[in-house]
Amino acid sequence: MDKELKAENTKPILISRPVEPLKIQTDKLNAWFGNNHVLKDVSLRIKENHVTAIIGPSGCGKSTLIRCMNRMHELVPQAKVSGAVLLDDANVYAKGVDPVSVRRKIGMVFQKPNPFPTMSVYDNVAAGLKLNGERDHARLDRAVKRSLDLAFLWEEVKHELDKSGSSLSGGQQQRLCIARALAVEPEVLLMDEPCSALDPIATAKIEELITNLKDQYTVVIVTHNMQQAARVSDYTAFLYLGQLIEYGETTNLFENPTEELTERYLTGKFG
Amino acid sequence: MGIPRFSILATTEEAAPAKRAEDKVSDTFFQKLKGFSSDDLFEFLATSIGSLVLVILIVTSVVLTRGSLAVFGKFGFGFLTGTDWNTSLGSESYGALPYILGTLVTAGIAISVGILISLGIAIFLSEMAPSFLRSPLSQVIELLAAVPSVIYGFWGLFVFRFWVRDYLETPLSTYLGWIPAFHGTATGYDILTAGLVLSIMIIPTVSSVSKETMMAVPSSQREAAYSIGATRWEVVKLGVLRYGRSGIFGAAILGLGRAVGETMAVTMVIGGTPGPYVLPTSLLKGGVTLSSLIATEFGDATGLHLSALFGLGIVLFLFALVINIFARLMVWRVFKVTGGIVE
Ligand SMILES: Nc1ncnc2c1ncn2[C@@H]1O[C@H](COP(=O)(O)OP(=O)(O)OP(=O)(O)O)[C@@H](O)[C@H]1O
Ligand SMILES: [Mg+2]
Repeated sequence: MDKELKAENTKPILISRPVEPLKIQTDKLNAWFGNNHVLKDVSLRIKENHVTAIIGPSGCGKSTLIRCMNRMHELVPQAKVSGAVLLDDANVYAKGVDPVSVRRKIGMVFQKPNPFPTMSVYDNVAAGLKLNGERDHARLDRAVKRSLDLAFLWEEVKHELDKSGSSLSGGQQQRLCIARALAVEPEVLLMDEPCSALDPIATAKIEELITNLKDQYTVVIVTHNMQQAARVSDYTAFLYLGQLIEYGETTNLFENPTEELTERYLTGKFG
Repeated sequence: MGIPRFSILATTEEAAPAKRAEDKVSDTFFQKLKGFSSDDLFEFLATSIGSLVLVILIVTSVVLTRGSLAVFGKFGFGFLTGTDWNTSLGSESYGALPYILGTLVTAGIAISVGILISLGIAIFLSEMAPSFLRSPLSQVIELLAAVPSVIYGFWGLFVFRFWVRDYLETPLSTYLGWIPAFHGTATGYDILTAGLVLSIMIIPTVSSVSKETMMAVPSSQREAAYSIGATRWEVVKLGVLRYGRSGIFGAAILGLGRAVGETMAVTMVIGGTPGPYVLPTSLLKGGVTLSSLIATEFGDATGLHLSALFGLGIVLFLFALVINIFARLMVWRVFKVTGGIVE
């Protein structure tokens, strides 16, 4: 509720401003798994209310990069981070910042759909709100409907909200996970290859909903699929061996890459 | 049998043609033997040992049923609901109710206290402990399962009983004595102590099965919980306990099975004598369980008295059987059902 109001109020201001505001900035971000240095001085500026794609060959650190943004990286034993990630100008790695509060503002969707199998569709979506202490049924109902609507799943499950979360198809499960992430009203949604386990029709649905989401959210999507990056994203970052090689508007980057590495990757010379 | 063996050893050219005709029969015998691979042998052995278990089970039930025919013939269903236990010839009278309830109450205490401690241990081992601590600690806990129950009994009788009396029962009877369950004087030689000793005895089983269940929960479930802003404890609750709940339930039932059947340690600390008085109306009273009664009276029982003990045995046997089958089913479900998630 609050969020929608804010979005409406700020719209005119947005139009009058020449530069779009940044939502997330990484500053000289480095990440390690033990001694394996997987991100090297990555400085990336992600624009608010846009979709940013991260592409690059397997193992180049795409997942690690987005997992650093919501402080999921540090959950891996032996994992280390240095540098800064600014969310609206506040460093999420600053002393005293609770990672839990960061993750409530920056939601995440994973490569494999991971709904809670012992919970109903409804409870899956409501899980995050219940963690926040929401007990009011009317408010929960509204939030569940709103999130499932945003995830393009409402029409398919509205009569089966009591069914187990794992009884849905793979594509529906992934949209359920998107709804679950959206229910806590994050500001940013990180998606790590959200379609890689899905068929083309399910993929098309998710791409459509991503495009829809950017009115209200900032979306960062990791993908292996160039066409997908071209279709859904406004900006694209190309990562190679843990370094940010090139970053720019998606159409520019795909049509006139300035770096030779980018061009070779886009034309399928490696990766 | 001597000839076929020879035919194998006789590899020289001239021996072979002469033998050919007469060895037809034994040749096919050998081909059969050769076709009988080590896999087949293993299958045969495994099947026979497996069926042996079944045979033992059937024989046990037959023996128990036959032994208890007399007591059920005399008292019928009343054997299960009666409270008398009079072994003097002429006025014999047997009722199992106090011991059935005694078993249920001690096992109930054991499982409710035991599951809490075991879950704590399992959560620590699977979710919190650094990996260098995990395996040594689990092994120490599993070692507790190897301590003979008479040792637990000794410890219960000479050490633990006094802790229970001083730190638990005295306050309970002083302040909550108006609740019937805490009526009586604190002696530490009663149902509560027996239940608590049992709860300690089932910790190894319950905690290690729960730990395995929790460790089998895919990490994607924990990440799902983290990603919607769960704290560490909420991750355990949402991502781990809920996912593994049927396995954990199974672990608890498995512990219940052990608590129901456990004899020695209980007999040593429960401190009651058979009769209507040991109906477990208060936890601070001496009690008698099915197994402790069988163990104490089996030696000099004859006739109807013996049959009554068989009757207790069959009740106990059924309890244990049902509980264990139930537990196995639950545990087995966890490791089989992945919840239809794309993995
Ligand atoms: N849990 C982990 N423990 C140790 N090393 C890891 C772990 N996860 C990833 N790595 C290493 O970190 C590097 C970057 O991994 P990351 O998952 O970020 O790559 P990616 O670009 O997402 O690859 P993909 O496209 O295959 O998903 C790889 O070299 C990988 O081996
Ligand atoms: Mg990845």
